[in-house]
Amino acid sequence: MSFVSMSAAIDTTAADPVKRRSALPRYVTPLIGLIIPVTVAVLCELAVRWGWSNGRLVPPPSVIYATFAELASTGELQRHALATVARVAFGFSLGVVAGTILGALTGYSVTLFRLLDPTFQALRAIPSIAWVPLFILWLGIFEASKITLIAVGVFFPVYLGVMGAVMSVDRKIVEVGRAFRLSGFQMVRRILLPAVLPSYVIALRSGLGLGWMFVVAAEFMGASEGLGFLLVDGQQLGKPAQIVAAIVAFAVIGKITDWLIVGLSAPFLRWEDRFGRGAER
Amino acid sequence: MLQLEGVGKTYPNNVHALDGISLKVSPGEIVAIVGGSGCGKSTMLRAISGLDVASQGRVVLDGVAVMAPHEKIGIVFQEPRLLPWLSVAGNIGFGLDHLARAERNARVAEALKRVGLADKASVWPRELSGGQAQRVAIARALVPRPEVLLLDEPFSALDAFTRADLQEHLLDLWADSRPTLILVTHDVEEAVVLADRVFVMQPRPGRLFEEIVTGLPRPRDRQSSRFDNVKKQVLAALDRSMARPVQAPEDRAPEGAALWW
Repeated sequence: MSFVSMSAAIDTTAADPVKRRSALPRYVTPLIGLIIPVTVAVLCELAVRWGWSNGRLVPPPSVIYATFAELASTGELQRHALATVARVAFGFSLGVVAGTILGALTGYSVTLFRLLDPTFQALRAIPSIAWVPLFILWLGIFEASKITLIAVGVFFPVYLGVMGAVMSVDRKIVEVGRAFRLSGFQMVRRILLPAVLPSYVIALRSGLGLGWMFVVAAEFMGASEGLGFLLVDGQQLGKPAQIVAAIVAFAVIGKITDWLIVGLSAPFLRWEDRFGRGAER
Repeated sequence: MLQLEGVGKTYPNNVHALDGISLKVSPGEIVAIVGGSGCGKSTMLRAISGLDVASQGRVVLDGVAVMAPHEKIGIVFQEPRLLPWLSVAGNIGFGLDHLARAERNARVAEALKRVGLADKASVWPRELSGGQAQRVAIARALVPRPEVLLLDEPFSALDAFTRADLQEHLLDLWADSRPTLILVTHDVEEAVVLADRVFVMQPRPGRLFEEIVTGLPRPRDRQSSRFDNVKKQVLAALDRSMARPVQAPEDRAPEGAALWW
């Protein structure tokens, strides 16, 4: 290699390291994630158009879109989606409140940990769906049993996450609080809460994910409205496009609620010094 | 006036870490405590700070026994221990929560200027260098205007240049309000640069072994022979404290001898 070309190579790396890493403009980079789903959708559409498949069991995107649009134009989709979102919202709130309080208490106090944690761990080992028959007997087949099931599903990841986070707060930082003579309440507000916030957000996100999972289970066990009802209805009436439309609705709403948690917490987490920062931008 | 009256510490596992430490430190005095590792010097500092309570004897500040962290006692740890979720300014103002916002901001701004980090006020701690972070920690401890500032090997994690820099900087800050400084260190030069009196501790159980009055004028010249003499005095006391005989040069193995096996 000649000296000139070598120094030229050094020049390009030094001049603009960002550009070298990804040659695409900034707004194009997120679109890379779309390549695979879009290709699959286009292939599926073409397969039906060209007569390779009748598309009855695997509806092409155009049919799904048409079903989606029809459900939306009659207001059906909104009604079902709203019912499901309401159930998740109630169940999630209950599960988060209970999980946060009990997780914080068991994380903070060794006595409470010894008293409560074995019971919770035993309950956690039960697949939550196994509670369904009991909840129906106790709470009836309407909303109460559904919301309880969702709350149980949300409770455990939140409880575990909060407990683990409180337990692993750095002793040295707590000592700074002691040196400045913080009261118990101030210690929680000024040291413990901010310290556990990053893990808390992760616990909330996994709790929410389970909440969406359990709402489907809850709606399978008998509901007259909700996206889960659309799924069962589509299966019984042989309407795969309706099933896929409901699945898409789940994906969209689930992702939006996850974004809400991430977005709302982001301003409080800008201080974090961690490895994964770049990937999330 | 800070007084230690027969302070001892026995841990629950029966380790006798500290035994009968008695000491008087007058206001504005700088005292350094040196000793080998495990000699109880950090235990002693923690007893003074009130973070741990002595099992025997007591620590008295201005006639009142210190049983818990005290508002007139500040502490700087070996690590900066900044709160990562607060900006630099937020960290410095951490101990001023009881003040009105305006006064707090004024005190923080003044402290930031004083430690030369005025341009870093809104920066997160993760963006600071080790030396800058430790300066913030010192400012955080000094800004509530303590009568006594305890420093637990505050510069031991820094490189030699930054360390010397911060030693001078600490003296400079000390001159503002002249709090009592009690500094635990294993760096003899640091002890001699900073302190009026150097205490050498003896391990197992931790006892005060020897007191050396430095008696050097400030600012101190690290190159002067008087400085060197005091340093040698402290080093010799350290050797004695660990029951390690001071070897005369001719007793030592010839250079390289140990390589022949």
